[in-house]
Amino acid sequence: MTVRIVDRRQDSRNKSSINRGRFIRRFKGQIRKAVADAIAKRGIRDLENGEKIGIPGKDIGEPHFRHGRGGRRETVHPGNDRFAQGDQMDRPTEGGGGQGKGQASNEGEGLDDFVFTLTRDEFLDIFFDELALPNLVKRQLARIDEYKRVRAGYTQSGVPTNINLVRTMRSAAGRRLAIGGPYRRRLRDLQNELESLLDEANPDPDEIARLRHEIAILRAKQEAIPFIDPFDLRYANRVRIPQPSTQAVMFCLMDVSGSMDEATKQMAKRFFMLLYLFLNRNYEHIEVVFIRHHTIAEEVDEDTFFHSRETGGTIVSSALKLMVEIIQARYSSSMWNIYGAQASDGDNWDSDSPGCRELLSESILPVVQYFAYVEITEAEPQNLWREYEKLVAAHAGVFAQQRIVAPSDIYPVFRELFRKKLV
Amino acid sequence: MSRKRQPKIAEGSDWTFEELDRADAEIGRVAREYGLDCYRHQLEIITAEQMMDAYAAIGMPVYYHHWSFGKHFLETENRYKRGQMGLAYEIVINSDPCIAYLMEENTMAMQALVIAHAAYGHNSFFKGNHLFKQWTSADAIVDYLVFARNYIAECEERHGVDAVEQLIDACHAVSSLGVDRYKRSPQLSLQKERERQREREAYLQSQVNELWRTLPKHEAAAQSGEEARFPAEPEENLLYFVEKHAPLLEPWQREIIRIVRKIGQYFYPQRQTQVMNEGWATYWHHTLLNTLYDEGRVGDGFMFEFLQSHTNVVMQPPYNSNWYSGINPYALGFAMWQDLRRICEAPDDEDRAWFPEVAGSDWRETFDFAMRNFKDESFIAQFLSPRLMRQFRFFAVLDDDERDKLEISAIHDDPGYRALRLKLSDQYNLGSHDPDIQVWNVDLRGDRSLTLRHFMHRRRDLAPDYERVLEHLAYLWGFAVRLEQQDEKGEVSLLAERMHDRRRSTDGTS
Repeated sequence: MTVRIVDRRQDSRNKSSINRGRFIRRFKGQIRKAVADAIAKRGIRDLENGEKIGIPGKDIGEPHFRHGRGGRRETVHPGNDRFAQGDQMDRPTEGGGGQGKGQASNEGEGLDDFVFTLTRDEFLDIFFDELALPNLVKRQLARIDEYKRVRAGYTQSGVPTNINLVRTMRSAAGRRLAIGGPYRRRLRDLQNELESLLDEANPDPDEIARLRHEIAILRAKQEAIPFIDPFDLRYANRVRIPQPSTQAVMFCLMDVSGSMDEATKQMAKRFFMLLYLFLNRNYEHIEVVFIRHHTIAEEVDEDTFFHSRETGGTIVSSALKLMVEIIQARYSSSMWNIYGAQASDGDNWDSDSPGCRELLSESILPVVQYFAYVEITEAEPQNLWREYEKLVAAHAGVFAQQRIVAPSDIYPVFRELFRKKLV
Repeated sequence: MSRKRQPKIAEGSDWTFEELDRADAEIGRVAREYGLDCYRHQLEIITAEQMMDAYAAIGMPVYYHHWSFGKHFLETENRYKRGQMGLAYEIVINSDPCIAYLMEENTMAMQALVIAHAAYGHNSFFKGNHLFKQWTSADAIVDYLVFARNYIAECEERHGVDAVEQLIDACHAVSSLGVDRYKRSPQLSLQKERERQREREAYLQSQVNELWRTLPKHEAAAQSGEEARFPAEPEENLLYFVEKHAPLLEPWQREIIRIVRKIGQYFYPQRQTQVMNEGWATYWHHTLLNTLYDEGRVGDGFMFEFLQSHTNVVMQPPYNSNWYSGINPYALGFAMWQDLRRICEAPDDEDRAWFPEVAGSDWRETFDFAMRNFKDESFIAQFLSPRLMRQFRFFAVLDDDERDKLEISAIHDDPGYRALRLKLSDQYNLGSHDPDIQVWNVDLRGDRSLTLRHFMHRRRDLAPDYERVLEHLAYLWGFAVRLEQQDEKGEVSLLAERMHDRRRSTDGTS
């Protein structure tokens, strides 16, 4: 009688994935909030990882009828090292030692945050949800589906169609040389011996016969070395690498004057992230340039860009000028695909706005692939918006602008951009 | 039968299917020699990830879907990945054939340990113990779970995931009040279940309507006696009561309540016999593998590895240790079974005085009797010896919220043994562990409200959770729900009341 052993290892590995999905669905509100916090902490280029998410423990507990802490409770514990019957003592403080904790606290549901890790896909899903991306676009962004197969040397295993003849023959020759070496040396010696023997006046026929016999055996051995052996086979190795082909540079322009508050900046950050995600799918190498401005513009690192505060007035053209300068200095060659993204709350020094429009239409729009402007405000549009409006018709497909209040308003700015790639 | 020629089993660290097979055969042979009566069993090899899946579904191979299982999975995964816990070595399913999971990354020695522990230890307990025999139908449980999962999936399709989720949330919240403690549940079988489910759907609704029907007869009764309560006797199985009598539930909702209730009932014996069951399985893996060692069928290396795991499992940290988290059921159970055998085989005077009927008896017969007829509570009350109380250095602490200080109410000495044993036994009495809450009344002629009553014991109150539980219950009942509390003097006070707001019934309850 033998026992029945079932190998379940190949069964579906993710029995719990449905339950996991249900869990995420149920706590979407909390998770979304946690994702928003995470985005605030992340760099805009850091979108390829999952995220640790904490949900308040009280939201997640499953209630039951249980005993509370009151009344008379008696618990038995092991390891008595000092007590006698009738001893009195103070209640131990919560969480200290084990004693007195007994049953009640073992079952209590802690109020600590429930922490778990969202996968990259789940993270992006929630990120996209907030941005109200159309499904097609979501899929295009989240999926790494275009691969290029590139050569990556040779391997010893593979399918017959990939056999590389030259390499295979070369290693066969090498092997034959290596294995045949000793025979050849011996053969050469024997032949020399035979020749010198034949050159002699009176050669010994027995010796000649012996040498000839030995030479014949060696020749046979040499021929027995296989011409080709499975060991020699070499296959062309190909690996898949993601398709994005060329390089791009992305300019993030943001107004950091006093009127831009933290919430506005977070919204702007999502706008930049979305553009980055899009570029990341389409280009192999992306550089990001952060330009912040109030009355003067400067190039800064990402951290300063999002987190430092400035005060004072606003001259938008300073940032555009700096962008033009940087393009000329560093990204002028045709190797670079240039994208611009500008975020502002709409304030600008009145007489500066016409200059901005001119800069854009003369110097920037001709060289960039796409330039997007978002105005994060609920107030009436001001002169900058009106000036930019004049550009929309003339540069359709290259320039887009949008006034946004919530993250879900961001997507339309990129609609043209995504539509182009989707065709 | 020369020993030398027989190769040792379970040598080396890597396992193969052949070796598992041989190990199982050897362990099974020894188990039969000891007279263990088991269901047939089946070993299933799974990965660590699958083990976590199984954890999340309370170890069952098939289970319905619910977010809370996802939560458990994430919890387990998190702790496992951070290295805060190893996975349990084994999960065993009380079914016929009994299913024991082996994790692929375990060494051969560990697999042998798990086979002995789960496939022979737990298995024989499932087959023999009266609670399991009475309450669980090992031959039908897997079928029933399949039925449950499909039925619930069907409901989700028909009525929406949200509606089903809200219902299951509510059922889970009151599931601790969903078991029959005294009555025998009917046998489950897939075929019968399907047929009966259809019949029930039709009948149930009419029965419920019966309850709410306003016939002249009823009105007459109402006038004559106000004292007539419904139910006439308090009902402790709240889920059962709701399933049968909640006025507004649809048939599919009643069926789902029934499913949660049935599965809760299936697990109830496991909660009642943790110490006995784990102790029994641990005792038998220890005995079976030691017997194999004595026969020369396993090597020293195997024994070292086995003993290392075994001693980890039966470790009992003292109350003041950082590792202490209550009494380890493996430690207590294993020690008690071992001690019971000692009392049978080599009793001293103390044992003869305490266990006159057991001392010197045939240990296998005594084991069999104890395993079959007890649960944790009675097992401890009956068989915990003074020697073991000394060995564990047990002491009881009285925590009275009316007093400033804790008091040591009993320790492991002559005057304390009996009290201590009784207190420990009571600690495993689920009846006093869970609050005693019963269905007290339904206002049939009034607002149809449901009143529960919490019977206080030793002035123990309810954890504040009850408010949320009541919300769930109000959702199930469909009308107002009230929770009263009756203290030991018989005085009743109203704890909380929840109205069911039907407008809100579509959003989540949390």
